[in-house]
This record gives sequence, structure tokens and C-alpha cells, in this order.
Amino acid sequence: MEHVREFFAAERGADGKAVGTSLVRSDALGHVTGQTQFYADRSFPGTLHLKMVRSPHDHARILSVDASEAEKMPGVVRILTHRDVPANVYTILRLIQVEPNDEPVLAEDKVRFKGEPIVAVLADTDANARAAAAAVKVGYEVLPAVLDVEEALAPGAPLVNEYHGNNFFTYEGHHCRRVRLGDVEAGFAAADHVVEHRYQSAPIEHAPVETTGCIVVPEANGRLTCYSNTQALFFTLDNAGLILDVPFQKLRLIGGTVGGGFGGKVDVTTEPVAMLGAMLTGRPVKYAYTREEEMQVSSPRAAERIYIRDGVMDDGRIVARKVRIYVDAGAYSRHSPYGTTKAAAHMPGPYTIPNVWIDAHCVYTNRTPSSAMRGFGVTIGDFALEVQMDRLARMLGMDPIAFRMRNAYRDGDMKAHGELTKGAALVETMQAAAQLANWPVSPEDAAASSLKAGA
Amino acid sequence: MAKLPLIFTVNGVEQAEFVESDALLVDVLRDKLGLTGTRIGCNQGTCGACTVLLDGAPALSCLTLAARANGASVTTIEGLAEGGTLHALQRAFADGFATQCGFCTSGMLVAARALLDADPDPDREAVVDAISGNICRCTGYEPIINAILSAAAEIRGAKTA
Repeated sequence: MEHVREFFAAERGADGKAVGTSLVRSDALGHVTGQTQFYADRSFPGTLHLKMVRSPHDHARILSVDASEAEKMPGVVRILTHRDVPANVYTILRLIQVEPNDEPVLAEDKVRFKGEPIVAVLADTDANARAAAAAVKVGYEVLPAVLDVEEALAPGAPLVNEYHGNNFFTYEGHHCRRVRLGDVEAGFAAADHVVEHRYQSAPIEHAPVETTGCIVVPEANGRLTCYSNTQALFFTLDNAGLILDVPFQKLRLIGGTVGGGFGGKVDVTTEPVAMLGAMLTGRPVKYAYTREEEMQVSSPRAAERIYIRDGVMDDGRIVARKVRIYVDAGAYSRHSPYGTTKAAAHMPGPYTIPNVWIDAHCVYTNRTPSSAMRGFGVTIGDFALEVQMDRLARMLGMDPIAFRMRNAYRDGDMKAHGELTKGAALVETMQAAAQLANWPVSPEDAAASSLKAGA
Repeated sequence: MAKLPLIFTVNGVEQAEFVESDALLVDVLRDKLGLTGTRIGCNQGTCGACTVLLDGAPALSCLTLAARANGASVTTIEGLAEGGTLHALQRAFADGFATQCGFCTSGMLVAARALLDADPDPDREAVVDAISGNICRCTGYEPIINAILSAAAEIRGAKTA
């Protein structure tokens, strides 16, 4: 793999000795003694506890909100609705020009998924906040829900998110993210075999042992200090500033110690409303998800449905690949428009195929909004691709490594999205893996290289 | 709600508090005694992050009424090191990459301590069984199991030496 060593050469030490050496983590001593301070390990006198009133329905119109009983409950200090939020509707990735704003901090006229936040109750104890939240009465007109990506795109499906006007994210005027190379139908026509399979994943919850949460403290200098376990301090700071309509320098985010994230703490969920509560009451506010909230409303990895249709020759060459990907964004965008683009760009996998046609749909349904998780956008696609590769190899009676070697991309090959391949190491990685697993490889494949002859 | 007197020993130090009758041990440890090393992951007895020793036996402090600890001896993660020296388990966890985010670590270590107190020479299966009530989402458990086995070997070696 010598040919890829030039990549990141500047970042690599001259002696390369850090690799293979065990270095004790800088946080290990704090972890093993219990001294590591997570956000919830701080306490402030007079802290209010925030409990959220959430939708019990997948999809409903909100007819009424009556907090008059809750306001009179013991210990209740303040109740927040969408009317209290200066700029209630947002989308996280507006910071990188993703449009439109499509998600309310607190629900206005509709709820679009089960568990959507509607009313925030602030009380002196956790138990009092919980009791008062249970006393808030919300009137609903239940609407038909759509919980399947392809049903959501069918004519006549209930409209999930009015801010989009369709049940899909629009990419530069198109209903999906598209990748085109060559003529895929001509490829199928010329192929010895045409095979299509369908792959479906479930949403996956990160389930960190520490639930999502924050504590916000109003400071004497007029700033708000927010102790948070977010994985995205600056996304949170900027979005909170925009939502609260306050200058960014009024907000101070302290974090970095996260009790398990895996992408699940990248969304901006607890901080803006806790900050608002602290602004309006002048008291510290703690907003921590219960375990049930973590499992029900924190955003999971998106479920994906993927159809892969391949045209293959008897000698093992894949001559055409057509992929339809449906990413279930749930009710709101969060990070899914970006994840869907990644999914499209990742196809057709690390293989050189002359005819490629990709449609990747970011679909809105009445499910919990999905978002970031370890390699989101590519992980499920890789599962589908590699299962497909094994199926094709079996169908052709070829060894699965030999089949992949036949199709592996090499430096200089044109990728489907129009970039030339460089630094490819798939061939060498398979050679190394086969060696470790004592997997037989033909002399020809053992001598193969990601560098094409003469390159 | 009537408060109850709670007199108990925590990490070798006698403590006296008045607590609500429905107060949970984990909240008394964290909020009244400032022992925040005991973590709350689920508050419903499923994750094990809040594990402490109650008279030497592992207990889920989020499911234990504080009043039940009256007269008892409690050991938390803060009580594992003795005289400023890390317990062999703590060293093995740090050296063996058995911590990542660190949130499950306190409960893991306390559960492991209970195991080694009862069985100084556990096999791998016994270690897995001892931490089966403690969820870790980062490590995949292997480094934790290895660290517990290596700490057990170290303690046995020190005793025979």
C-alpha cells in the first residue's frame, strides 16, 4: 500500500512510532476514580427542573393547550409554549445553508411525531415538574400518519411537513439526490444477468448510558452559561442564539465531556428551551432526558430502504448498477438531507462500474426524526452493497474476493459522481485480509495492484 | 412528607442525614454528599451505572430507598482507592483501555470489586456474569473483561508474593 502513504504524510510523525504504542488516555484517571465531571455533576442553588409535555400521537392537529391547572400546581414557576420562543422554527443545518427551516422548538398548530415537544414546565423539583407536566391538557385532532418511506412518496399520502410542501427534501429543484454515469439501461440490455434485491434497515438508537441534557445558569454579567453534553457545541451555540434572537456572545457553552454520543448528541434539542427558561425566570434550569425520552425522542440512525439492480457479465464484470435509496428522515430534516447526499455519493461502492444511476430520496414520515450516527449515510448502504456483492458472486459461482477484485476501483478510474479515483487501497486491503484469514487467492489477484499497469 | 434519619457509613466515614421516605440512595449520595462519581443512566435499574456496594454486596442505588441504607456501610467509586493508592482494578481499567466515555466505569468497577472480594480467581465466564447488569455502549466489553481478569491476577500475585 506504499502508493497511499503520501496521503496525510504531513500529519504523520517521521518515525511513525505512535502507531502500535499504548498511551494512557488523558481522561482515564478521572474515569476510574469517578472524578470526571459530567454536566449533571454540577449543582446550582435554586435550579429549576424542566419537563416536557409531549405528543402521544404520530400526527395530530393541536386544537387547544390548557395549562391553567398545571400553573397552580406546587412548585411550578413558569410554563413555556411556542409563543415564548423568539424564533421558534429552525433547522440545524441552516448554518451551512440547508433550507427551509422546518422544525418548531415547541409545537405550534401540529405535532408530526410521537414524543414531539409541545409545552415546557419549569418547577422547583423534578417530581413537581413531572406532576405539573402531566396536568397540562392538550386537545388533539388525530390525523392519518404515514410511517413508511414509499407510502409517504405515493400520491395521496398525508403531508407530513408543510414547510417542505412534499414528503421529500428538494435538492436543487430535484425530488432526490441523483448521480448519473453512462447509460444504465444500455448496460442492463448488454448484461448476461440482471439481478435486483431489496434491503431494509430499522432505525437504530445510540442508547448512550448518559442521557441527553444540559444545565443553564444565568450569570450576573447578563450571559447564559450552558453546561451541556452535546457533541456539537458550536452548532448548539449558533442555533440557540438564532432561536432566542440573542447575540452569540451572550451564550457560553461548556462541554466536551460526553457520556456516550455516537452521533446521538449532535442535534440541538435541550439547550435552546432550557436557555429560554433561564432567561425568563432568572434561575438555573436543568433539562435532562429520562431514559424513556432518550429511547423515544432522541434521533436514531435513519432507517433506509435500498433497491440495488445490477447488470453482470458471466466473467464477473458489473456493467450497470441502479440504486434507489429511501432514507427515513422522520418528521424533520435534522441531519438527514446531508446524510442522504452522503448515501448517494457513496454509491456504487468502491467498484468501477461504467453505467451508474442513483436516486437517493430524503423522505419525511411521521416517525422520530433521524439524524447523525457513526458513518450515517454510508453504513447501511455498505451493508446492502456488500450483501449484494456476495449474492452476485454466489450466483456466478465465483469466489467473493475474486469477484470483488474483478470490480475493485483502481487509481485513475472515473467514479460515478465524476471524480477520478486516487489513493485507492481496496485491492491491497483485500489481499491483506485474505492473507490473515488464510483465504485462497489466485496468483493473478495476489499480484494485483490499485495502481493500473503503467500508472 | 416526613423525613427519616439516615445514619450510615459511606466509604468508611459516618454520615448523618434527614431524608424523605421516598428518597433514593443515589440521590442522597450525589446531591447531599456530593459523591457524583455514582452515575445515573436510566433511573430504573437497567443500566448498572449507579452500582454501589451495600454492606459489601452490589446494589443498584437508583432502586434502593435511602432509608434502607440506615445502619449500613456503603462503598462508592470514590471509596475504591485506599490511602491515595488506586485499586488494582482502577489501574487495570486505565492501562487496559477499559474506559472510553467513562459513564459506565464507576458502576463497572464497583461490580468488579464485589466479584473479586467474593472470588479472587474468577474465570472469564464469572467476570461476564458479574458485570452482566452493567451496560457499556463504547468498549464492546472485551477490554473491561480483560482488565478485571488482569487485576485479579495481579492481586493474587501480590498476595502470594
